[in-house]
Amino acid sequence: MSPAADLVRQSAAVLAEAIAAGEVSSREVTQAHLERIVDVDDRVHAFLHVDAQGALEAADAVDRARAAGDALGPLAGVPIAVKDVLATRGMPTTCGSRILEGWQPPYDATVVERLRGAGIVILGKTNMDEFAMGSSTEHSAYGPTHNPWDLTRIPGGSGGGSAAAVASFESPLAIGTDTGGSIRQPAAVTGTVGVKPTYGGVSRYGLVALASSLDQAGPCTRTVMDAALLHSVIGGHDPRDSTSIPEPMPDVVAAAQRADVRGMRIGLVRELSGEGYQAGVLQRFTEAVAILEDLGAEVVEVSCPHFDYALGAYYLILPSECSSNLARFDGMRYGLRAGDNGDRSVEEVMSLTREAGFGAEVKRRIMLGTYALSSGYYDAYYGQAQKVRTLIQRDFAAAFDQVDVLISPTAPTTAFRLGEKVDDPLAMYLNDVATIPVNLAGNCALSLPVGLAPEDGLPVGLQVMAPALADDRLYLVGAALEGALRDRWGHLLIEEAPAL
Amino acid sequence: MTDPIPFDQALQAFEPVIGLEVHVELGTNTKMFCGCPTGFGAEPNTQTCPVCLGLPGSLPVANAQAIESIIRIGLALNCDIAEWCRMSRKNYFYPDMPKDYQVSQYDEPICVDGHLDITVPTDDGPVEVRIDIERVHMEEDTGKLTHAGGDTGRIHGADYSLVDYNRAGIPLVEIVTKPVVGTGRLAPAVARAYVAELRDIMRALGVSDVKMEEGSLRCDANVSLNRPGDPWGTRSETKNVNSLRSVERAVRAEIERQAGVLDGGERVVQETRHFHEDTGVTTPGRSKEHAEDYRYFPEPDLVPIAPSREWVEELRATLPERPSVRRARLAAEWGIGDFEMATLVNAGVLDLVEATVAAGVAPDAARKWWSGEFTRVANERDVDPADLPVTPADIGRVEELIASGALNDKLARQVFEGVLAGEGTPDEVVAARGLAVVSDDSALLAAIDAALAEQPDVAEKIRSGKVQAAGAIVGAVMKATRGQADAGKVRALLLERLGVSDA
Amino acid sequence: MSAITRGEVAHLARLARLALDDDELDHYAAQLDVILQSVARVTEVAADDIPPTSHPVPLVNVYRDDEVRPSLAQSEALAAAPAVEDGRFRVPRILDEE
Ligand SMILES: [Mg+2]
Ligand SMILES: [Zn+2]
Repeated sequence: MSPAADLVRQSAAVLAEAIAAGEVSSREVTQAHLERIVDVDDRVHAFLHVDAQGALEAADAVDRARAAGDALGPLAGVPIAVKDVLATRGMPTTCGSRILEGWQPPYDATVVERLRGAGIVILGKTNMDEFAMGSSTEHSAYGPTHNPWDLTRIPGGSGGGSAAAVASFESPLAIGTDTGGSIRQPAAVTGTVGVKPTYGGVSRYGLVALASSLDQAGPCTRTVMDAALLHSVIGGHDPRDSTSIPEPMPDVVAAAQRADVRGMRIGLVRELSGEGYQAGVLQRFTEAVAILEDLGAEVVEVSCPHFDYALGAYYLILPSECSSNLARFDGMRYGLRAGDNGDRSVEEVMSLTREAGFGAEVKRRIMLGTYALSSGYYDAYYGQAQKVRTLIQRDFAAAFDQVDVLISPTAPTTAFRLGEKVDDPLAMYLNDVATIPVNLAGNCALSLPVGLAPEDGLPVGLQVMAPALADDRLYLVGAALEGALRDRWGHLLIEEAPAL
Repeated sequence: MTDPIPFDQALQAFEPVIGLEVHVELGTNTKMFCGCPTGFGAEPNTQTCPVCLGLPGSLPVANAQAIESIIRIGLALNCDIAEWCRMSRKNYFYPDMPKDYQVSQYDEPICVDGHLDITVPTDDGPVEVRIDIERVHMEEDTGKLTHAGGDTGRIHGADYSLVDYNRAGIPLVEIVTKPVVGTGRLAPAVARAYVAELRDIMRALGVSDVKMEEGSLRCDANVSLNRPGDPWGTRSETKNVNSLRSVERAVRAEIERQAGVLDGGERVVQETRHFHEDTGVTTPGRSKEHAEDYRYFPEPDLVPIAPSREWVEELRATLPERPSVRRARLAAEWGIGDFEMATLVNAGVLDLVEATVAAGVAPDAARKWWSGEFTRVANERDVDPADLPVTPADIGRVEELIASGALNDKLARQVFEGVLAGEGTPDEVVAARGLAVVSDDSALLAAIDAALAEQPDVAEKIRSGKVQAAGAIVGAVMKATRGQADAGKVRALLLERLGVSDA
Repeated sequence: MSAITRGEVAHLARLARLALDDDELDHYAAQLDVILQSVARVTEVAADDIPPTSHPVPLVNVYRDDEVRPSLAQSEALAAAPAVEDGRFRVPRILDEE
């Protein structure tokens, strides 16, 4: 195949085919990406940890298997970057936090186990907002990730590292996690593809929980087909996760191949556009809607009135669950222990450890959640928020009675500048306004790039939302739209990103 | 600080209200939410995994056997079984709790509104008391703390503590009574009888080994006092009550203490107290004035529990006979009294005796072997009687040999000695050790003649009609035959030989 | 909703085991207030007859068989511990008992 510089620009599907055909070895592909990381990651800072040796060993194992004539999985030998919120045996797992600095889990997350089982080569762990709290990756204890389109801008969050790794051609594939948009919003602002699978569709075992009832891992890629291939590797029932859905997954790869929206009814969510959305975002979104109509879909406007309350419900449910999920970081069994001078009590040491180990946003949400769950406030806050969740599920159900999928802009704006919103939590929270309803309801969504905003030349994402367990519809629409845009531009949008 | 008031005096002025919270560790093979084993006494932190260590990213999956066990417990306690309920998180920081929350149940327990009728022994005969059960819920146990340095072994004054998480995550069932009122001076005995009855039920259900000394049954006793006609008083919660006797003593001690406090014009503080087995008094633990805010919310990592009515009825059909009912029935069948029954129960051999009777052995013989010989050997070996290598069928066989005259009592003991030593079945032991009653008359007569010759004066006494003197000759014959003769037969032959009748 | 006082924030910090300094107490008092006011809109819509949704998927009765799985070795269990003694996790002294 082509020289290393070209290898890193290929899609995962193309690389996998070339490896399977013997045109290139997994070692060559892996080496090319490791070199790319060396070349650009000092500026992008997508990775917290690179495991060159482990990656090359995994690549060699695939090459040996191929030489032995073993059947290879559809993405075998292709490199991947894993968000540092998934447990990896033999590699640190920090969740972007000081409190877990250097922690090496004695086990693999189910997603990681499935990646390894499929012969996918893990390059390392990607940067993220601390414990996945944030929309800019500026809340990482290890410094921010930079947007490959403009290094002075945020790559989105919390999975900014995974999106940036894919957008900067450091890795063709990455795993993200999405609690309120942390896969989709970074995809939107980096010109990449991100999928939040149906809740229960991908095992959460080994995913360090932020909000257990909202978290879901999913693919970060440059093409819709790559996302489908990765989705099919990591998805499916896992008996170690009680919330894992036992029913078989729909065939997302077949859907991405079909790439057909003819006769499909697409709902445009009235509440997720207009005020608060950047003009260029709305412009590219509207153009994409027209393309979908050209492709044979019927687009109608639908109303989901309770989406207006989604952000409020989310910022009660998430902090509540997270205040409990993050309690275990107390310096007793693993991770940081601060202030233990032999005289202080266990309560003091726990408090000093958590004070020293957590960043400002994490502490803010722990405090908020502790308040929302405390006696006297539970019904008013957490209880009410859970009711809003019911109302949002009903809105979705009513909408999906009329249409097959819903669409909206993924994020209200393009990538903002690093530092611009870091001290304004409310402004930061608004980034997730369009992505949160899907997490609250437990259904699935995909974001794909639909162009650059005229005013700043930065990528704009469109979000497709489908009912729970209808993840295949995301790929039908996503692949069709991606194909039409590629035809129009003559290439993928990501090809326009700076070379770095 | 006021002094306690003697019990009888306290009861003249005050009425006690008691409440009992009993924690039972289930005897499942694995923990509540992971596949780690639950055996007692393993090396520290060798029965742990990412789940029960609460490692980041790990997730719980509920143990089906534990859910089944708690439903059976609820049914045995006449509870309603919820059609739909959830586990909750109880949030508080403590180093014995790996996640810093306990997976428990809050406002949606699996079993509610039950009752248990118990019999309380009193000086005036047995009294029936109904204990209402508020709830039975599912939760997970914590790890075990050891306090080190300083005033070693005690939490206060220790320099640091050590944690073993082997116990963390073992399924615990918490059984909470409604307030028990109107028991007056019987309150301590009621508390004890209730816990004893619960323990028997757990054993009969086969859901727990309920060993209070190993902590698989733990009891907290709530006690308050009020003057007749007044509203209930402030309660204390006494923890660390680790034997049946302690349950009774702790309730009594709290009644005496609180009566002293109230009588002295002070008020009872709502607090946790600790019972000390050695001194029989309670001392204050943490005051509940600043109660912890547990911030309960539904556990999002687990899905709701919704036992189908069909399943509940299937489980109801598996319930064993109530232990107290069974004891009364067996006592009547075997013709024994309360004392003999209590001996069997306390020795832990009731099931074994029942099985032995079922194998065809007479109740008296079955009781004799199990509560005598076998209990002694089990104690010596420090094992459960049921784990001895002797079966009801073995006892049946030995009794058969005794009835046929092939063995006498003394030989039978030697046969069991062999069986317990692992030498094989009773028949194999008889053969190998050459154990058989000497029934050859000529051999016995020779031995009798030899004994008579050795003791001519005794022989003369017997001849002259003092039949009671025969014992000395019989004893000598038994000695000469090393016990392998039938003493009755020796006596008959002797009297015949000397021509006297056994008048 | 009424404003959150500094005292309340201090109480929350204790519940959450966060040794916040004085500046942080003031900072979070102000911020929590703003955030709570902005999210308090949820109380506008959720009527009494709306059931709460705690779990986004309608699964019930997910159990595992009572079969022993391999545990970690003691060395693995203790590998990341800040302090260890006699095969146990060593923790600072506990002032009071639960
Ligand atoms: Mg409890
Ligand atoms: Zn375990």
